[in-house]
Amino acid sequence: MDNIILEMRNITKTFPGVKALENVNLKVRQGEIHALVGENGAGKSTLMKVLSGVYPAGSYEGDIAFEGEVRNFRTITDSEHVGIIIIHQELALVPLLSIAENIFLGNEVQSGGVIDWAQTFSRTRELLRKVGLNESPETIIDDIGVGKQQLVEIAKALSKRVKLLILDEPTASLNEKDSDALLNLLMEFRNQGMTSIIITHKLNEVRKVADQITVLRDGRTVETMDCHAEDVSEDKIIRNMVGRAMEDRYPPRSVPIGDTILEVKNWNAFHQLHSDRQVLHDINVKVRKGEVVGIAGLMGAGRTEFAMSVFGRSYGQRISGEVSMSGKPVDVSTVRKAIDAGLAYVTEDRKHLGLVLNNNIMHNTTLANLAGISNASVIDDIKELKVANDFRSRLRIRSSSVFQETVNLSGGNQQKVVLSKWLFSNPEVLILDEPTRGIDVGAKYEIYTIINQLAAEGKGVLMISSEMPELLGTCDRIYVMNEGRIVAELPKGEASQETIMRAIMRSGEK
Amino acid sequence: MSSAEKTAEASGTVSVMDYVRGNIREYGMLIALVVIMVFFQVVTGGILFKAVNLTNLVLQNSFIVIMALGMLLVIVAGHIDLSVGSIVGFIGALSAILTVNWGMNFSVAILACLVVGAFIGAVQGYFIAYHRIPSFIVTLAGMLVLRGLTLLVLGGRNVGPFPKDFQSISTGFIPQFADFGGVHSTSIVLTVLIAVFLFAMAFRRRKVNMAHGVDVEPFGFFIFQNLVIAAAILFLGYQLSSYKGLPNVLIVMLLLIALYTFVTTRTTIGRRIYALGGNEKATRLSGINTERLSFYTFINMGVLAALAGMIVAARLNSATPKAGVGFELDVIAACFIGGASASGGVGKITGAVIGAFIMGVMNNGMSIMGLGIDYQQMVKGAVLLAAVFFDVYNKSKA
Repeated sequence: MDNIILEMRNITKTFPGVKALENVNLKVRQGEIHALVGENGAGKSTLMKVLSGVYPAGSYEGDIAFEGEVRNFRTITDSEHVGIIIIHQELALVPLLSIAENIFLGNEVQSGGVIDWAQTFSRTRELLRKVGLNESPETIIDDIGVGKQQLVEIAKALSKRVKLLILDEPTASLNEKDSDALLNLLMEFRNQGMTSIIITHKLNEVRKVADQITVLRDGRTVETMDCHAEDVSEDKIIRNMVGRAMEDRYPPRSVPIGDTILEVKNWNAFHQLHSDRQVLHDINVKVRKGEVVGIAGLMGAGRTEFAMSVFGRSYGQRISGEVSMSGKPVDVSTVRKAIDAGLAYVTEDRKHLGLVLNNNIMHNTTLANLAGISNASVIDDIKELKVANDFRSRLRIRSSSVFQETVNLSGGNQQKVVLSKWLFSNPEVLILDEPTRGIDVGAKYEIYTIINQLAAEGKGVLMISSEMPELLGTCDRIYVMNEGRIVAELPKGEASQETIMRAIMRSGEK
Repeated sequence: MSSAEKTAEASGTVSVMDYVRGNIREYGMLIALVVIMVFFQVVTGGILFKAVNLTNLVLQNSFIVIMALGMLLVIVAGHIDLSVGSIVGFIGALSAILTVNWGMNFSVAILACLVVGAFIGAVQGYFIAYHRIPSFIVTLAGMLVLRGLTLLVLGGRNVGPFPKDFQSISTGFIPQFADFGGVHSTSIVLTVLIAVFLFAMAFRRRKVNMAHGVDVEPFGFFIFQNLVIAAAILFLGYQLSSYKGLPNVLIVMLLLIALYTFVTTRTTIGRRIYALGGNEKATRLSGINTERLSFYTFINMGVLAALAGMIVAARLNSATPKAGVGFELDVIAACFIGGASASGGVGKITGAVIGAFIMGVMNNGMSIMGLGIDYQQMVKGAVLLAAVFFDVYNKSKA
């Protein structure tokens, strides 16, 4: 029998109201690269947090056996102690410290609190050589690119005598060359006998490096496939990832679709901070009256960046392109102008970008359209109260009154307050960014109903979502986006989870 | 049961306890102010509420209150202004140069000083709002630069005395049109009018709230509360009227308090400032020009600090290089005692005013008691910490 280094047995992890993991099993063999794949929210990251002790023993059910022994990790330090090291998608480096300082942060080469710099630098140089990074140990992290930062993270892991290395989407923000270098490094480590688990969305990478693939879906293990025993095709992986039964979770809609209301032409934008990194390439999008249009894509595909750059240049720089409403070019260079042109953007990040949390429901509802409740800058508070009460009952916002602070509302109700705000601004086209993220099934259905009402009123809806069933269930047409480009446009009849996934994967391989 | 009570029941009154608990912050501060006043009234053997002393209290604190109005907006917007003490010093010096040395007409000089105050605020606001330099740093720089400028302009000497009309900003009282014997006639009439007006406003507010299904306090408690407020106003007004009447400064201060209460609670610009301090990104994404808003709050602060500077100079009847030293701390303390949050988005004009008076009454009371400046500082520091601790404790319990 193979030598099993890690076995996770019947792991079940529950959050209030949600079962994030249910009887998940994972077996990793000594010296292999094990790929963990699944849709956003399938439970991959949760599983790795269970493994590394972020969720301590006792907060989940099931066993973790590492090197044949059952382990109960209470903190990350416990798991690092036995040699399990996890590198998160958001790198945990201190930007203004040097490479050497970062590698030995919390683990300094020292005696009596005094750092031995000579030893630190020589050990850092040795580690950097192992990961193939040709930089001085004194270089500041901010001065090197993301790809190199990723290598520093790996060097940091190596400094801790790693036995099992876990990488959460290590190539998500890397370009092709850096990705290749990283994958080659992993394969080299495998030859030296190290075990790693890699979480990724890029199936071509999976096929390139993985010895075994475990697919998670809705918090359950679907299948573990051995790449050496059988030929695992991308189609098979995709089917396993998305193959869930479609239920009747979406209210039906029959709205006649009218003329084009929003058109974005040749839209280009560069990264907010790095002005030489283009994040959006020649995007062309149309939305018609009464139409619900989806934008599908993986995290980091540039969907939010697109929406925010159109909405008053709230993201990016060196933006170029044209926006027209009902055939007339409009100026959307500030948020105010975008709102006046008839746009509204309902953010994916309602806590940071959507709500003023310590203000009440009423004040949040009217914030984007204070002119609508005031005369000569003086607020008509009776009118404001009426407006807020009206939206509260229309959208069924469950709260004690409109004077309740939004910080105390549930996610679904917070989302409804954000929606109220933008509905009150009376837009022609609403851009909804992950409108149902983190809210329960009942509230989701209500949001879909609101979307249908908007379409029935002749408004256009552009919906960004990472939940493909949601897009398929609600949209008349779906754009597929990947790496800052529109890579496919699928009418309702042709769109399926397979066609969307395939469009993404194919474009990534080019 | 009276008909008024019936309608009150129908629209959802809350019990007195619930109502007080829901507004614990305001009541807590008001009760603290009353307790402190009564305490000093007793330990000073009844001097505190004497007409002369009340007049003094108003004159001594008016400029702190006026600056607290602007500072509250700055703090709510998520900033801080350390330069106001130095603006007071500089504008005092400027007004002395203009009126004493150059003999400029006093109303032109006042206008010029306000414009210069606005300009100082605009310069600081420009760096804070448009270049995103932390307000702490910009206004710290402003504090140093303006203190230096004050010394430079005055040449290190005191300049004074001011012409009579300029002095009257601080030392004048409102004119009298009829003779009521021992009581200042205009003042007492004005006092009664203010009391009646506030009572009527409260009544109207309650009626509107009830008509729209907003929870209100029980009718009996409402009447009791407003009668107490009216009685307090009448008492203080009567005391002042029995001396020289209402000081000009008090009128200016009351008008400004009324204006800023209105601006913060009833206008779109006030609403936007609270939203900005609560969540700047969400506010910007709601189509609000947050940079310009921050910029305005600093211009406003500059104007109010300039006004305070003239009041201080007129009161001392001379411009001195040391005028206004440390004022920024009193003003900021007043806002925090009054319930403003250091992280922005929270705070009320009424709170800041009460906070300023708590500080003022303590200063005044302790001075009458003959307590040394050493103890006074310690007590004030302790009160500031206690007030904010009370705030944080309440929040964590809720």
